[in-house]
Amino acid sequence: MPDVRVVNVVKKYGKVYALNNVSLNIHDQEYFSLLGPSGCGKTTLLRLIAGLIDPDGGEIYIGDCRVDKAPPEDRDIGFVFQTFALFPHMTAWSNVLYGPKVKNYDTKQAETIGHEVLELVKLSERLNAYPNELSGGMMQRIAVARALAAGAKTLLLDEPLGQLDAKVRNDIRYEIRRMAKDLKLTAIHVTHDQAEAMSISDRIAVMKKGKIIQVGTPKELYMHPNSIFVAFFIGESNLLEGHITKSDDKIAEMELREGYTIEAFNQKKLKMGDRAVLAIRPETCAMRQGLINENRNGLFGVVEKTTFEGTIVRYDIRLVNGDRFLINRPSLTEEWVSIGQEVTITYPLEKAHLFPYPENGLNDEISV
Amino acid sequence: MLSKVWYSLNGLSSKKPLKYILYISAVIIFFALILIPPIIGILSKVDSLDAVLNDPIMVDAVLGAIGASFAIGLVVAALDLLAGVPLAWLITRGKSKWLTVLDTLADLPFVVPTAALGYSLLLFWSLSPAELFGQPFVSPGWGLVMLLHFTFSFPVVVRVIVGALLDYKMEYERASRTLGAPPLTASRTVTFPIIKPSLIAAYTLAFARSLSETGATFIVAAGLFLNGPVFIQTVSNQFSSGAISQNTYEGAIVFASLILIVVSLILFILIRVLGKKIKLPFGHGLPTFEKKLSYKKGAYVRDSIALAVFFVIVLVPSLFVALPAFQAIITGSTFVEVFTGSGIWASFWSSLGLSYALAAIVTVLGILFGLPMAILISRKTFGQLPSAILDTLINVPIIVPSIALGVSLKFFWSNLSGVPEFLLLIFAHLAITYPYFVRSMSAAMERISIEMEEASKTLGAKPLTVFRSIVWPITKYSILSGAIIVFTRSVSETGATLAVASKLKTAPVLIVDWVNSVRATIPTIPGVDTLTVGLACGLLILFSFIILLVLRLLTKKGKV
Ligand SMILES: Nc1ncnc2c1ncn2[C@@H]1O[C@H](COP(=O)(O)OP(=O)(O)O)[C@@H](O)[C@H]1O
Ligand SMILES: [Mg+2]
Repeated sequence: MPDVRVVNVVKKYGKVYALNNVSLNIHDQEYFSLLGPSGCGKTTLLRLIAGLIDPDGGEIYIGDCRVDKAPPEDRDIGFVFQTFALFPHMTAWSNVLYGPKVKNYDTKQAETIGHEVLELVKLSERLNAYPNELSGGMMQRIAVARALAAGAKTLLLDEPLGQLDAKVRNDIRYEIRRMAKDLKLTAIHVTHDQAEAMSISDRIAVMKKGKIIQVGTPKELYMHPNSIFVAFFIGESNLLEGHITKSDDKIAEMELREGYTIEAFNQKKLKMGDRAVLAIRPETCAMRQGLINENRNGLFGVVEKTTFEGTIVRYDIRLVNGDRFLINRPSLTEEWVSIGQEVTITYPLEKAHLFPYPENGLNDEISV
Repeated sequence: MLSKVWYSLNGLSSKKPLKYILYISAVIIFFALILIPPIIGILSKVDSLDAVLNDPIMVDAVLGAIGASFAIGLVVAALDLLAGVPLAWLITRGKSKWLTVLDTLADLPFVVPTAALGYSLLLFWSLSPAELFGQPFVSPGWGLVMLLHFTFSFPVVVRVIVGALLDYKMEYERASRTLGAPPLTASRTVTFPIIKPSLIAAYTLAFARSLSETGATFIVAAGLFLNGPVFIQTVSNQFSSGAISQNTYEGAIVFASLILIVVSLILFILIRVLGKKIKLPFGHGLPTFEKKLSYKKGAYVRDSIALAVFFVIVLVPSLFVALPAFQAIITGSTFVEVFTGSGIWASFWSSLGLSYALAAIVTVLGILFGLPMAILISRKTFGQLPSAILDTLINVPIIVPSIALGVSLKFFWSNLSGVPEFLLLIFAHLAITYPYFVRSMSAAMERISIEMEEASKTLGAKPLTVFRSIVWPITKYSILSGAIIVFTRSVSETGATLAVASKLKTAPVLIVDWVNSVRATIPTIPGVDTLTVGLACGLLILFSFIILLVLRLLTKKGKV
């Protein structure tokens, strides 16, 4: 049962914490993603789990075994490297057979396994080519096949799609998930691409500056971000700054710049006088032409820019208090609003998230 | 400003004609300055061959001597590889901060002037156990010659492998580990095959160095052992004392040199061809065995043996000659003389200055001329065959016995009157050091062509950009290693320098004079004794150590 547990792991480079007290529980046969901006420590965490680097503190378990002192070859993992690291002096086929051979399978067994995994990654030609003769997509498949052939039950992937162009990337990501599921593997997938993580993961850990900020299913992260950072990083959010002028257990009234007040659910139990940030996703808002003053959750502004993005139109709106605000609306089922038009924006209270103003400022919170 | 220059150079570098002009000039410089002079020097005396060929005893002697040369060279180079690879591994993979010092120490035997090195080994291997057992531990003769050759070619092997290991992408080895290979299996099946070109280069260089070394070998052979260079030295001594005619002398040099060159070129081609073909079998079942040796205990034993071999067989014996320097430090009296530069020490300091100036110039020129050649050879710019031929020819200057090289160079350049002696020294040192740089560099570049992933991404980039963004980052340690070999080799070069220069004395030449004076029954230079020789060697070694260490620390900080 290869569930993977990471307990209070610390990794320092010089004085910098690449990982600061990270704990994580990944279930058996789960497809799990580590998501975060570049430099947040994803690769470091994955390499620690693989045993390619040693932690400065903490414990790591794979299945029932504590492995943080074990060398990588004893951890029963497969690893797909960001640059693939295919052995340049071996053909694609020899690369795939490397794991079984090192594990002392006889040639026949090794070849049977080789054919099986190549079938899984849907590759049957150019097996006698050397890595530098293969396309990016092929190298990626060989890299996955090589990791699978070694027979490990835990598969670690470091930005496995990062080297591929967009089209191939979208096709392959579902295939990797399918393979992991077919083989009943526990997979840990590192990516900085939130769309990628959202579309293939059972659960995601969102990381920032060496820490895990939130763990949850894609839906949980999207619907209930626990922080401004997650709200901003997963999908998109408009962030409105202000302070609380009135609050009870359920509802808080917030004053934006220029004395402009709006309402939100008070999940974080903010008190009167607290500084606050309200996160509202662009796709949750409705918009009507003209200034219509009937709701406590209405925002007034002027359309400054429109961008047509296929299925949606993006409106860049300047609110009357000067703040910028983005809205996405369907492009086909609705009439478009033109530039210069005054509009009223409304947002559903339950989909707007009110957070206390971050200690180190808003920019620091969302900077990476 | 700089960026502008860069930009326009970059633009120019992509122009085909210019690129070829650069390559062609590298080839021309190689032929004109490095290859042709010694060859012509030798060929111009080809007439004298008759004198030798008609003398069966002489022919037998030459063939026997050359046979011994090859036997020793082939065996010693293999032993060097066996001992040098673990040390290079420790230097590049260990975690201690003392490893930079160890890394620099590994170069030291290479800076000891060869004649002083022979003397040092003679002292070391005969002295200490003599008091214990009443007889020398290793007496002069072939055993000591083997030890000597092992000692002076060891640094070349370590240097080339360290450069290769530093430039090597660890990701491959990590990949192998995650696939279940224990460390030893990973290095056998992945790391070493990938750096194979450098392993072959290291072997070739150690072998060539062993073939040509004259000064030190002559000392430790002590008339009991004859190889190619010792034979030439003996003949040359006989000629000086009037025992043989000039014709016999020249004929012997030409004969021995020609056979050495021809046979070793054939051998190099064989190594080149076979080296490409050699593929170790995967070794079914071997990983289980290797697993037992891979971890703490195995690694500990391996490191200890590597260190022990290095210190006991390589480092201490080669520095032994400098031991009296400590005596001088304790007594202190000589020190004042040394640093005020009075008496014999004035000439020491000026020769030391000359040596370092020469080494610095030769290193810069070597990189300048050598780099395009290395690219040319590894990239096969002019096609398979020309690059194979060039690759073989660049070895010539280091397989010709250094004394023969010096003699033939002197002969060639003395035809052109008015060449200043300093320039002559530069040419001689360039010829001797050039192959080291080109060989280690082209091996490093060859490795890149199997790691073409990055290169393929930047197809269409201008050549200079490719150099800066691809070649430089993945070969900078090999370039540094090559430069260090050139520098140290130039600082220690004795035989050819002796033959070429009559007025200018480099530090090794001066030290050889001193050593000879000490070993002579009646000292020829007043004021020179074992203590001054030791001190002179000690200072030369110390300054070289400091220079190399500083160079290394500078490059470590990522300033390259
Ligand atoms: N070998 C290293 N030496 C020094 N710092 C490192 C090293 N590897 C990573 N780091 C630092 O640790 C942090 C996390 O890096 P990494 O795990 O690679 O991030 P990610 O994969 O999320 O982009 C970064 O600040 C990076 O600069
Ligand atoms: Mg990363």
